Amino acid sequence: MFGPVMWRFGGRMDPLHEMLRLQREMNRVFAGLEQPLNPEVPPVNAWVGESDIIVTAELPGMDPKKMDISVVGDTLTVSGAREADLLKEGESYHRQERNRGRFTRSLQLPFHVEAGKVEAKYERGILRITLPRAEADKPKKISVSS
Amino acid sequence: MENKVEYQKKPAQTPVEMERTRNRKVFVPKVDIIETGDAMVMYADMPGIDEKSVEVTLEKNVLTVTGTVTPQEFSGRSIAYAEYDVGDYERTFTISDEVDRERIEAIVKDGVLKLTLHKAPQAEMKKITVRTE
Repeated sequence: MFGPVMWRFGGRMDPLHEMLRLQREMNRVFAGLEQPLNPEVPPVNAWVGESDIIVTAELPGMDPKKMDISVVGDTLTVSGAREADLLKEGESYHRQERNRGRFTRSLQLPFHVEAGKVEAKYERGILRITLPRAEADKPKKISVSS
Repeated sequence: MENKVEYQKKPAQTPVEMERTRNRKVFVPKVDIIETGDAMVMYADMPGIDEKSVEVTLEKNVLTVTGTVTPQEFSGRSIAYAEYDVGDYERTFTISDEVDRERIEAIVKDGVLKLTLHKAPQAEMKKITVRTE
Protein backbone atom coordinates (compact mmCIF):
# COMPACT_ATOMS: atom_id res chain seq x y z
CA MET A 1 0.00 0.00 0.00
CA PHE A 2 2.75 2.46 0.85
CA GLY A 3 4.95 1.20 -1.89
CA PRO A 4 4.33 3.71 -4.66
CA VAL A 5 4.18 6.64 -2.23
CA MET A 6 7.46 5.69 -0.67
CA TRP A 7 8.94 5.48 -4.09
CA ARG A 8 7.62 8.87 -5.07
CA PHE A 9 8.84 10.64 -1.98
CA GLY A 10 12.05 8.80 -1.61
CA GLY A 11 13.06 8.67 -5.22
CA ARG A 12 12.85 12.10 -6.72
CA MET A 13 10.88 14.53 -4.69
CA ASP A 14 11.14 18.05 -5.95
CA PRO A 15 9.11 20.37 -3.71
CA LEU A 16 8.89 23.14 -6.28
CA HIS A 17 7.74 20.75 -8.93
CA GLU A 18 5.12 19.36 -6.57
CA MET A 19 3.88 22.83 -5.72
CA LEU A 20 3.55 23.78 -9.35
CA ARG A 21 1.75 20.55 -10.07
CA LEU A 22 -0.65 21.26 -7.21
CA GLN A 23 -1.21 24.77 -8.49
CA ARG A 24 -1.99 23.43 -11.95
CA GLU A 25 -4.40 20.92 -10.51
CA MET A 26 -6.17 23.60 -8.50
CA ASN A 27 -6.38 25.89 -11.50
CA ARG A 28 -7.87 23.09 -13.51
CA VAL A 29 -10.45 22.34 -10.83
CA PHE A 30 -11.53 25.96 -10.42
CA ALA A 31 -11.35 26.92 -14.08
CA GLY A 32 -14.76 27.53 -15.54
CA LEU A 33 -16.28 28.66 -12.28
CA GLU A 34 -15.95 32.24 -13.32
CA GLN A 35 -16.25 33.16 -16.91
CA PRO A 36 -14.93 36.65 -17.44
CA LEU A 37 -16.87 38.67 -19.98
CA ASN A 38 -15.18 39.26 -23.25
CA PRO A 39 -14.63 43.02 -23.22
CA GLU A 40 -14.57 43.17 -26.99
CA VAL A 41 -18.24 42.43 -27.53
CA PRO A 42 -21.15 44.58 -26.37
CA PRO A 43 -22.76 43.23 -23.21
CA VAL A 44 -26.39 42.16 -23.32
CA ASN A 45 -29.14 41.65 -20.79
CA ALA A 46 -31.90 39.10 -21.32
CA TRP A 47 -35.38 39.11 -19.84
CA VAL A 48 -37.23 35.85 -20.09
CA GLY A 49 -41.01 35.56 -19.93
CA GLU A 50 -43.33 32.67 -20.54
CA SER A 51 -43.92 33.39 -24.19
CA ASP A 52 -40.97 35.52 -25.22
CA ILE A 53 -37.50 36.77 -24.43
CA ILE A 54 -36.30 40.35 -24.57
CA VAL A 55 -32.65 41.03 -25.22
CA THR A 56 -31.29 44.52 -24.66
CA ALA A 57 -27.90 45.98 -25.47
CA GLU A 58 -26.44 49.43 -24.93
CA LEU A 59 -25.22 50.58 -28.31
CA PRO A 60 -25.12 54.37 -28.30
CA GLY A 61 -24.77 56.41 -31.44
CA MET A 62 -25.41 53.63 -33.91
CA ASP A 63 -27.10 53.79 -37.26
CA PRO A 64 -30.05 51.37 -36.98
CA LYS A 65 -29.85 50.70 -40.71
CA LYS A 66 -26.36 49.35 -40.33
CA MET A 67 -27.31 46.90 -37.62
CA ASP A 68 -27.84 43.34 -38.65
CA ILE A 69 -29.94 41.01 -36.52
CA SER A 70 -30.45 37.37 -37.41
CA VAL A 71 -31.87 34.33 -35.69
CA VAL A 72 -30.87 30.81 -36.61
CA GLY A 73 -32.49 28.11 -34.50
CA ASP A 74 -31.95 29.27 -30.95
CA THR A 75 -28.98 31.54 -31.65
CA LEU A 76 -29.37 35.28 -31.94
CA THR A 77 -26.64 37.22 -33.71
CA VAL A 78 -26.37 40.99 -33.67
CA SER A 79 -23.73 42.77 -35.64
CA GLY A 80 -23.07 46.33 -36.59
CA ALA A 81 -20.50 49.01 -36.86
CA ARG A 82 -19.91 52.47 -35.59
CA GLU A 83 -17.91 54.62 -37.87
CA ALA A 84 -15.09 56.69 -36.48
CA ASP A 85 -15.62 60.44 -36.68
CA LEU A 86 -13.57 61.71 -39.54
CA LEU A 87 -11.54 64.66 -38.47
CA LYS A 88 -11.35 67.63 -40.75
CA GLU A 89 -8.28 69.65 -41.42
CA GLY A 90 -7.08 71.38 -38.26
CA GLU A 91 -9.07 69.21 -35.86
CA SER A 92 -7.47 67.02 -33.27
CA TYR A 93 -8.48 64.61 -30.54
CA HIS A 94 -7.95 65.56 -26.92
CA ARG A 95 -9.58 62.38 -25.72
CA GLN A 96 -10.75 59.37 -27.62
CA GLU A 97 -12.44 56.86 -25.35
CA ARG A 98 -15.60 55.83 -27.17
CA ASN A 99 -15.78 52.45 -28.85
CA ARG A 100 -15.82 52.25 -32.59
CA GLY A 101 -15.53 49.69 -35.27
CA ARG A 102 -17.34 46.48 -36.08
CA PHE A 103 -18.84 44.14 -33.54
CA THR A 104 -20.65 40.84 -33.65
CA ARG A 105 -22.44 39.35 -30.71
CA SER A 106 -24.06 35.93 -30.58
CA LEU A 107 -26.27 34.70 -27.81
CA GLN A 108 -27.76 31.29 -27.31
CA LEU A 109 -31.39 31.57 -26.28
CA PRO A 110 -33.06 29.21 -23.84
CA PHE A 111 -35.62 28.15 -26.47
CA HIS A 112 -36.34 28.26 -30.19
CA VAL A 113 -37.98 31.45 -31.39
CA GLU A 114 -40.43 32.41 -34.13
CA ALA A 115 -37.87 33.97 -36.44
CA GLY A 116 -40.51 35.76 -38.52
CA LYS A 117 -41.99 37.60 -35.54
CA VAL A 118 -38.78 38.96 -34.03
CA GLU A 119 -39.03 42.69 -33.40
CA ALA A 120 -36.15 45.06 -32.87
CA LYS A 121 -36.39 48.61 -31.61
CA TYR A 122 -33.63 51.15 -31.20
CA GLU A 123 -34.18 54.16 -29.00
CA ARG A 124 -32.03 56.29 -26.70
CA GLY A 125 -29.02 54.24 -27.71
CA ILE A 126 -30.48 50.99 -26.46
CA LEU A 127 -31.32 48.15 -28.80
CA ARG A 128 -34.24 46.02 -27.71
CA ILE A 129 -35.04 42.76 -29.45
CA THR A 130 -38.24 40.91 -28.64
CA LEU A 131 -38.15 37.26 -29.63
CA PRO A 132 -41.41 35.30 -29.30
CA ARG A 133 -41.10 31.70 -28.33
CA ALA A 134 -41.83 29.22 -31.12
CA GLU A 135 -45.27 27.61 -30.89
CA ALA A 136 -43.74 24.17 -31.19
CA ASP A 137 -41.37 24.92 -28.35
CA LYS A 138 -43.93 26.17 -25.87
CA PRO A 139 -44.52 24.00 -22.86
CA LYS A 140 -47.47 21.67 -23.29
CA LYS A 141 -49.83 21.09 -20.45
CA ILE A 142 -50.42 17.43 -19.96
CA SER A 143 -53.61 16.51 -18.29
CA VAL A 144 -53.49 13.60 -15.96
CA SER A 145 -56.37 11.19 -16.27
CA SER A 146 -57.28 8.88 -13.55
CA MET B 1 -24.67 40.43 13.37
CA GLU B 2 -26.09 41.94 10.19
CA ASN B 3 -28.03 44.69 11.91
CA LYS B 4 -25.20 45.93 14.05
CA VAL B 5 -25.96 49.36 15.42
CA GLU B 6 -23.16 51.87 15.21
CA TYR B 7 -23.32 54.79 17.61
CA GLN B 8 -19.88 56.13 16.86
CA LYS B 9 -19.74 58.98 14.42
CA LYS B 10 -17.98 58.26 11.18
CA PRO B 11 -14.98 60.40 10.36
CA ALA B 12 -15.22 62.28 7.09
CA GLN B 13 -12.80 61.76 4.31
CA THR B 14 -10.67 64.64 3.20
CA PRO B 15 -11.54 66.04 0.78
CA VAL B 16 -15.13 65.36 1.72
CA GLU B 17 -16.55 62.79 -0.62
CA MET B 18 -19.50 63.93 -2.68
CA GLU B 19 -22.47 61.69 -2.05
CA ARG B 20 -25.66 61.33 -3.95
CA THR B 21 -29.10 61.28 -2.47
CA ARG B 22 -30.21 58.53 -4.83
CA ASN B 23 -28.94 55.10 -4.09
CA ARG B 24 -28.12 54.00 -7.59
CA LYS B 25 -25.00 53.07 -9.46
CA VAL B 26 -23.23 55.86 -11.26
CA PHE B 27 -21.13 55.33 -14.33
CA VAL B 28 -18.55 57.50 -15.99
CA PRO B 29 -19.54 58.03 -19.61
CA LYS B 30 -16.89 57.50 -22.23
CA VAL B 31 -16.13 60.68 -24.08
CA ASP B 32 -14.40 61.90 -27.18
CA ILE B 33 -13.19 65.47 -27.14
CA ILE B 34 -12.27 67.03 -30.44
CA GLU B 35 -10.75 70.44 -30.80
CA THR B 36 -11.78 72.24 -33.92
CA GLY B 37 -10.68 75.64 -35.07
CA ASP B 38 -13.23 77.63 -33.09
CA ALA B 39 -14.76 75.13 -30.67
CA MET B 40 -14.31 72.08 -28.48
CA VAL B 41 -16.73 69.31 -29.33
CA MET B 42 -17.45 66.64 -26.77
CA TYR B 43 -19.31 63.42 -27.45
CA ALA B 44 -20.40 61.38 -24.43
CA ASP B 45 -21.85 57.89 -24.69
CA MET B 46 -24.77 57.73 -22.29
CA PRO B 47 -27.16 55.02 -23.45
CA GLY B 48 -30.60 55.32 -21.90
CA ILE B 49 -30.76 59.09 -21.68
CA ASP B 50 -32.87 61.51 -23.65
CA GLU B 51 -32.98 65.29 -23.81
CA LYS B 52 -35.12 65.45 -20.67
CA SER B 53 -32.97 63.28 -18.46
CA VAL B 54 -29.60 64.83 -19.15
CA GLU B 55 -28.28 67.88 -17.38
CA VAL B 56 -25.27 69.98 -18.21
CA THR B 57 -24.13 72.57 -15.69
CA LEU B 58 -21.28 75.01 -15.72
CA GLU B 59 -20.16 76.49 -12.46
CA LYS B 60 -17.10 78.66 -12.58
CA ASN B 61 -14.89 76.50 -14.75
CA VAL B 62 -16.33 73.12 -13.78
CA LEU B 63 -18.50 71.50 -16.39
CA THR B 64 -20.66 68.67 -15.07
CA VAL B 65 -22.63 66.26 -17.20
CA THR B 66 -25.31 64.25 -15.44
CA GLY B 67 -27.65 61.72 -16.96
CA THR B 68 -30.49 60.05 -15.12
CA VAL B 69 -31.52 56.66 -16.40
CA THR B 70 -34.70 54.90 -15.39
CA PRO B 71 -34.05 51.18 -15.52
CA GLN B 72 -36.32 49.40 -17.94
CA GLU B 73 -38.73 46.91 -16.53
CA PHE B 74 -40.60 44.43 -18.64
CA SER B 75 -43.75 43.20 -16.93
CA GLY B 76 -44.25 39.48 -16.85
CA ARG B 77 -40.60 38.80 -17.52
CA SER B 78 -37.71 38.40 -15.18
CA ILE B 79 -34.10 39.12 -15.80
CA ALA B 80 -32.41 35.86 -16.63
CA TYR B 81 -29.04 37.01 -17.79
CA ALA B 82 -27.30 40.29 -17.09
CA GLU B 83 -23.96 41.41 -18.44
CA TYR B 84 -24.33 45.11 -17.92
CA ASP B 85 -25.72 47.24 -15.17
CA VAL B 86 -28.01 50.21 -15.55
CA GLY B 87 -27.36 53.40 -13.66
CA ASP B 88 -26.90 57.11 -13.88
CA TYR B 89 -24.02 58.92 -15.52
CA GLU B 90 -21.86 61.64 -14.16
CA ARG B 91 -18.62 63.20 -15.23
CA THR B 92 -16.93 66.46 -14.45
CA PHE B 93 -14.41 68.40 -16.49
CA THR B 94 -12.42 71.50 -15.80
CA ILE B 95 -12.60 73.81 -18.75
CA SER B 96 -10.31 76.63 -19.57
CA ASP B 97 -11.27 80.29 -19.57
CA GLU B 98 -11.20 80.43 -23.32
CA VAL B 99 -14.64 78.85 -23.58
CA ASP B 100 -17.49 81.21 -24.25
CA ARG B 101 -19.89 80.51 -21.38
CA GLU B 102 -22.90 81.92 -23.18
CA ARG B 103 -22.60 79.71 -26.22
CA ILE B 104 -22.60 76.08 -25.10
CA GLU B 105 -24.78 73.84 -27.20
CA ALA B 106 -26.00 70.43 -26.13
CA ILE B 107 -27.70 67.90 -28.41
CA VAL B 108 -28.79 64.38 -27.54
CA LYS B 109 -29.24 61.72 -30.19
CA ASP B 110 -29.40 57.94 -29.78
CA GLY B 111 -27.92 58.02 -26.30
CA VAL B 112 -25.02 60.25 -27.27
CA LEU B 113 -24.66 63.74 -25.84
CA LYS B 114 -22.90 66.21 -28.09
CA LEU B 115 -21.61 69.34 -26.43
CA THR B 116 -20.18 72.17 -28.42
CA LEU B 117 -18.12 74.61 -26.42
CA HIS B 118 -17.33 77.62 -28.55
CA LYS B 119 -14.15 79.45 -27.89
CA ALA B 120 -14.43 83.05 -26.79
CA PRO B 121 -13.45 85.43 -29.59
CA GLN B 122 -10.59 87.04 -27.71
CA ALA B 123 -9.16 83.65 -26.86
CA GLU B 124 -9.15 82.40 -30.40
CA MET B 125 -5.88 84.02 -31.20
CA LYS B 126 -3.42 84.94 -28.54
CA LYS B 127 0.21 84.88 -29.39
CA ILE B 128 2.96 85.70 -27.02
CA THR B 129 6.02 87.17 -28.56
CA VAL B 130 9.26 85.82 -27.28
CA ARG B 131 12.25 88.05 -27.22
CA THR B 132 15.79 87.79 -26.05
CA GLU B 133 17.30 89.93 -23.37
